[in-house]
Amino acid sequence: MLSIYLHIPFCQSKCDYCDFFSVAVPHPRFANYPALLHQHLELAARQPEWQGPVHSVYFGGGTPSLLTASDIAALLNSIDNGFGLATDVEISLEANPGTLSLAQLQGYRAAGVNRLSLGVQTFDNQLLQQLGRRHDAQDSRQAVMLARQAGFANLSLDLMFALPGQTLPALREEIRNYLELAPQHFSCYGLTAEPDTPLGAAVRNSHTTLPDEELYADAFLTLHDALESAGYRHYEIANYAQADFACRHNLVYWQRQPYMGLGAGAHSFCDIDWGQRRATANDLDAYHAALQTNTDPAETLETFNRQTAMAEALYLGLRTRQGVSEEAFRTRFGTGVASAFPSALTELANRLELQDGYWRFRPHDWLLFDRLIQAFF
Amino acid sequence: MKQSHIRNFSIIAHIDHGKSTLADRLLEATGTLSDRERTDQFLDKMELERERGITIKAQAVRLLYTAQNGEEYVLNLIDTPGHVDFSYEVSRSLAACEGALLVVDASQGVEAQTLANVYLAIEQDLEVVPVLNKIDLPSAEPERVRDEIEEIIGIDASEAVLASAKTGLGVQDTLEAIVEKVPQPTGDPEAPLKALIFDSWYDSYQGVVVLIRLVDGVIRKGDRIRLMASKSEHEVLKVGVFSPHLKDIGSLSAGEVGFITASIKVVKDAKVGDTITHVKRPAEQQLPGFQEVKPVVFSGLYPVDSGDYDDLRDAMEKLSLNDSSFSFEPENSAALGFGFRCGFLGLLHMEIIQERLEREFGVELITTAPTVVYRVTSVKGEVLRVDSANKLPDVQYIDKIEEPFILASVHVPNEFVGGVLSLCEEKRGRQREIKYLTSSRVMLVYELPLNEIVLDFYDRLKTLSRGYASLDYEHLDYRPSSLVRLNIMINGDPVDALSLIVHRDKAQYRGRELAAKMKEFIPRQQFEVAIQAAIGGKVIARETVKALRKDVTAKCYGGDITRKRKLLEKQKEGKKRMKQVGNVELPQEAFLAILKVKESK
Repeated sequence: MLSIYLHIPFCQSKCDYCDFFSVAVPHPRFANYPALLHQHLELAARQPEWQGPVHSVYFGGGTPSLLTASDIAALLNSIDNGFGLATDVEISLEANPGTLSLAQLQGYRAAGVNRLSLGVQTFDNQLLQQLGRRHDAQDSRQAVMLARQAGFANLSLDLMFALPGQTLPALREEIRNYLELAPQHFSCYGLTAEPDTPLGAAVRNSHTTLPDEELYADAFLTLHDALESAGYRHYEIANYAQADFACRHNLVYWQRQPYMGLGAGAHSFCDIDWGQRRATANDLDAYHAALQTNTDPAETLETFNRQTAMAEALYLGLRTRQGVSEEAFRTRFGTGVASAFPSALTELANRLELQDGYWRFRPHDWLLFDRLIQAFF
Repeated sequence: MKQSHIRNFSIIAHIDHGKSTLADRLLEATGTLSDRERTDQFLDKMELERERGITIKAQAVRLLYTAQNGEEYVLNLIDTPGHVDFSYEVSRSLAACEGALLVVDASQGVEAQTLANVYLAIEQDLEVVPVLNKIDLPSAEPERVRDEIEEIIGIDASEAVLASAKTGLGVQDTLEAIVEKVPQPTGDPEAPLKALIFDSWYDSYQGVVVLIRLVDGVIRKGDRIRLMASKSEHEVLKVGVFSPHLKDIGSLSAGEVGFITASIKVVKDAKVGDTITHVKRPAEQQLPGFQEVKPVVFSGLYPVDSGDYDDLRDAMEKLSLNDSSFSFEPENSAALGFGFRCGFLGLLHMEIIQERLEREFGVELITTAPTVVYRVTSVKGEVLRVDSANKLPDVQYIDKIEEPFILASVHVPNEFVGGVLSLCEEKRGRQREIKYLTSSRVMLVYELPLNEIVLDFYDRLKTLSRGYASLDYEHLDYRPSSLVRLNIMINGDPVDALSLIVHRDKAQYRGRELAAKMKEFIPRQQFEVAIQAAIGGKVIARETVKALRKDVTAKCYGGDITRKRKLLEKQKEGKKRMKQVGNVELPQEAFLAILKVKESK
């Protein structure tokens, strides 16, 4: 079983908070980027460590909806030829409201995309502008409607919280707006001022003030309560879904299952031995150059041993509501969690519990996840 | 070497005014340093000295210079430390000279740091030769600065050398001025030997290397010598000079500067200021000015990782080989475990030692608040020497506590007098004298408790006078005082390493401010942390560090797991620099928070 991530590092413009690898179009490397992806795919298909069938494909970015439906169709066709697509494969594509036509969406659907993730972020037009987004609330509503019309039955919406000046009543209003659209899935993330972004600079110079940690925490819990009572399960720190709509591709990351990244700036996890993480550089020229000479553009970032693999399995797995299966852990590593990390379990005594065979944090303890998890490092 | 052809001089300068660069140029211009050997700031050998731009150890370099009159001169450049903590060492280095170059930045003008040393030089009758440096800068104002030198220091600056150590301009003029203006040494080569020790250090090949200035007589390899203050006797193994590298020349005679090595094992046996004489034909009296240097500021140094204790002890032993004014003895703390109580000359000295231990020996340290030595008389009449708040007996056993006083001289321009007066008053000072040196310069003489100086007096003096005030002090006596122990409790438990001895009148304020400052330094933890300040059993201040509420990464994008995880691993590594006290993690700064407490205004 394999998952494939395709990184499309192009956007119409960079948003002020974004520190992911992406460049603005028009860009000289944009036109033949799909061709490079095909080449990359062919190269990877010859590597014995990647074994199909493929049960999830994710077009992420950047803005993957800058690719045409026929680009997407051709790529999916190549994946099928190279590895085989599972019959129930989940195929997600990220898209930005305000850029999508019905015909385009129908094209994606026809190409095989069965899950659409819309970068709504917020329904507050003023905030959208402040964050450097190019769409408004009306575009978002329109995009959801068109997606449904095009036949998408699995929609995910991005929701950002802890936005500048955002109060709890404003967040509740925001949630009402979202729930009206009844998507199957939410990706919810608190706005973070990454240092190397315009937002980071604005916060540093006190031009912009982000909510303090108290408000962040309250917003996180408000979201949890509101979405859970609306029937969405908080299945991972940043993700909510209706029953059966948890994103399979997303869970692959947290369950430490293999995924192959294609494209410049894409990451892979290969499960040979105790695991290996690889990535291609955030550099379109280098990506182009490597493929020109038929060289694998991916470089190994780190190789795990048993100890680091165990720690990482917990680091990832405990982000999920389901948690880490004691039995699966024991099968994989030949030891139980408690005997592998005795001091961590003492340290986390009141927070980490073993229930029904799974180790898990309670959702409100997720607020301290980065701190708590250091017990395993 | 004829005395008429010897010049012994040092360089006095404010930090950044170009002392080290000028010294480098003098070395180059006289061919002392070959091109190949050029490194910036040749004389500042330690990494720390170069970085901070301060000189800690004295150096003496012999330059050979052929003057315009065609004759060859020996110029001995004696580089001195430049901070009030080391003023005794500076005074001994200056005592080895007949003159001093006063280097002043031609755009910045005279700054305070130089003043204390200039006054020391003038007191010792040195000829002060002004050099206006950085004359190449467009902002240079030589006329104004010349006036300033005359006005503030009161020496003739009409013939000040105009120089730019950076471009090399005026370097020849500087050398000529040294030959012309600095008096030749006097002294009788036939008289019984008298040589002044002005520094010494431990070298793993040579043993202890002793820098000396020959006042009278001649010293030769093989001589039996006596160190008059230490009362020890040794055989001279080597006699030489640095030019700039160590060079054995067999003998030194009256007026010359150089080094000896002898059968001296540790620097403590070659004390700065001591007089060397011959065993066979001793001098009658030692040279004036010798003082036994004793540490005046004490603090606890503890390894962050208790497993580093042995390494720390080894590192301290190595450091003390080279620094006789640094003392240490084992102590232990309920909060911090095993560590050392260390003595220093002052706060800068403390920082330097701490930094060197961390940097050169790789030991991470917790330093506790510095304190002075109190004299406590118990009700039974015993006299205790208390160099740590934790050694202060309970109130009912104390008859009286005395604290050390100093006599401080502050030189300050007119306009800052008001500020300095109120600072001295606030610091419980008693005015002894206020004297106008010139129409615009004032000297204030105050009796002050040393413990107030140790905290932040120097920094505040510099701030309120915009750097123009200079401070010099000498130890006076012990005086009875109303002192109490201020305890700090973390989540209800007293932390011994945070206790302080403070004056009763200041206890309330200091306690409140200290608790507030600690709150800034202690990061949020998984539970609330209460910081309390108490005197005896009475809590006088409380602050709370709220429990951590949020520490989570919302999203990992496109499967990039490595970057964020490594960040967290690094964070965890960083946490090892914190000290676990009970279940609370305290960063290193929390233990020195008292130094960051600002006094009320």
